[in-house]
Amino acid sequence: MSLTKYESFVREPLVDGDKTYNRVTEDIVYTIETKPTRLWYIGLSISLALLLFGVYSIYREVTYGVGQWNLGKTVGWGWDITNFVWWIGIGHAGTLISAILLLFRQGWRTGVNRAAEAMTIFAVMAAGQFPIWHMGRVWLAFFVMPYPNSRGPLWPNFNSPLLWDVFAISTYFTLSLLFWYSGLIPDVATLRDRAKTKFRKLFYGIASFGWTGSTKHWQRHESLSLVLAGLCTPLVLSVHTIVSFDFATSIVPGWHTTIFPPYFVAGAVFSGFAMVQTLMLITRKVMNLQDYITLGHIEAMNKVIVLTGSIVGCAYLTELFMAWYGANMYEYDAFFRYRLAGPYGWSYWIMMTCNVVSPQLFWFKKLRRNIEFTFIMSVVVNVGMWFERFVIIVTSIFRDYLPSSWSLYYRPSIFEIGFYLGTFGLFFTCYFLFSKYFPVIAIWEIKHILKTSGENYKAKMEDLEKISADEFYAKTHQH
Amino acid sequence: MTIKKFVVGCFDDENILFPAVKKVRKAGYKIHDVYTPFPLHGLDKELGMRDTSLHTVGFIYALTGLTTALGFISWILTKDWVQNYGGKPHFSLAAWIPIMFELTVLFSGVGMTLTFCYLCQLAPFVKKHHFHPRATDDQFVMVIECTSNTNVQEAENFLAAAGAKEVNVQMAETGWWLGRYDMNKKLFDNTTETVTA
Repeated sequence: MSLTKYESFVREPLVDGDKTYNRVTEDIVYTIETKPTRLWYIGLSISLALLLFGVYSIYREVTYGVGQWNLGKTVGWGWDITNFVWWIGIGHAGTLISAILLLFRQGWRTGVNRAAEAMTIFAVMAAGQFPIWHMGRVWLAFFVMPYPNSRGPLWPNFNSPLLWDVFAISTYFTLSLLFWYSGLIPDVATLRDRAKTKFRKLFYGIASFGWTGSTKHWQRHESLSLVLAGLCTPLVLSVHTIVSFDFATSIVPGWHTTIFPPYFVAGAVFSGFAMVQTLMLITRKVMNLQDYITLGHIEAMNKVIVLTGSIVGCAYLTELFMAWYGANMYEYDAFFRYRLAGPYGWSYWIMMTCNVVSPQLFWFKKLRRNIEFTFIMSVVVNVGMWFERFVIIVTSIFRDYLPSSWSLYYRPSIFEIGFYLGTFGLFFTCYFLFSKYFPVIAIWEIKHILKTSGENYKAKMEDLEKISADEFYAKTHQH
Repeated sequence: MTIKKFVVGCFDDENILFPAVKKVRKAGYKIHDVYTPFPLHGLDKELGMRDTSLHTVGFIYALTGLTTALGFISWILTKDWVQNYGGKPHFSLAAWIPIMFELTVLFSGVGMTLTFCYLCQLAPFVKKHHFHPRATDDQFVMVIECTSNTNVQEAENFLAAAGAKEVNVQMAETGWWLGRYDMNKKLFDNTTETVTA
């Protein structure tokens, strides 16, 4: 065990300020142990109102049928599947931060992983609504479950990407939930041990599963997190790959491309990080957590955004190139006549501007470290990514092979919009409740890196900086 | 279920805790456990624990998931419900890879988490004795179990000398996990002084 593990000065501290272990706990649990602010109530009320509107929209759709939405013969997937893919994509950042960055030993993940994982779970919950209610006769949704039944027995088609999706998303949700909650248990135990009121004692007592912090338990916990991270890493890639199969395995021009899996995964990470930025910038401000989610964290996430944004841009251009080079007239038309131009041409250009052009501004360090700019960009990116899915879905199908069935201009009905707003309500209601009752930053993980990456501890490493390598080794390996 | 006597020492710095653990073990005391607010790398080795086999269990669960998926799907699509999908072979392994992968991951993740909860006896409503309320905040709590040979006063002084900021004696319910930590179980062979509360 090292005295103080040496951490290069080139890396900026991950925790600012003069912190002790106790200070870390106090800072993070402060908002949990005090009364919610007025802002929190307002936010929660708006979210609940949206959620209720969403419930009403779904009620209309279930009672009167899918005709409540403006889908038609050609545009059979409209806002619903667009929103589904959009939310699923947003969910990807949480797993990327918590799992992939854990495997890559990126210390900065500790500041944002908890909130990002929570965001993943809520986003997947929101996403899952769309395919379910899109079924129309939703009471038959259990048909997707493979079990011996009296309908034949009738099994789902295991060769279908739609069924792969069912498996992928339910697995993804389950594992994200396990990963998130197993990380949460030690922090809930911290809250339990600090609880003053009877209700808090009971609530956090139940939720902490009797965690004591025993060394053996920590050892197993570490092993569990590491293996779950290892499992989630290919899982997160597989989920959006399979979502892209929903399109890529079809023979619709504009969907039938092999570039879809990597292109979708990059897009998902891109939009997910944007959503993490949106949430974290508000959270750190409102909950006063600037010492834990530092400018360094924001910059690191912006770097991921510019990388994935560029990959997405590359994919867009590759698609255009292949549509021309492939010399298939349907493919060519799908891109050059119905995407770049045509009635939905505006959506393509919104997509291009938001996803490809504007993130390039993050090559400038000044802009990467500018909070207001980052916030605006995070919203811009998510708008762009919503339009990406809209472009892919609607512009590929609104004019199919048979001109007589070409659809009129597709506009969502109020209940389609309401359903989308409802999922925002669901997402933010969950996030508001989570941020009030659970620590939005992983307390134990911050403590774990505090003595190597905390500002005050790094300052003490100046002495270590001066000594030679041999002396350093002798000093830190004395036990 | 037994109630035993423990000498509890609280440390506020892991750099003092590590040498202290070494000293206490060398002196022949039986460390029941060390409770820490976050994982201290190397502490498990210092306490003589063996590595966890949780990951091996995870691998077995993964294989179970994979076999389940492959067996189940191939039985359905080649025996129970044979369908002609575009003239393709009934046994079309490539198309099953996504679901096989998902079930592998699902079984492994869920199985490991449940095994973890079982091994650590973690579940809603479970209660355990907490030696110090700040063991989940900023204290590293070393708990020495008193055997028939232990001089309690001496142990207290020893802990204080090793750097413990706070030392006390507690009678505590141990639960099921006592004696499972040591690799050779040698330290735990001594009969334990049992005191009824």
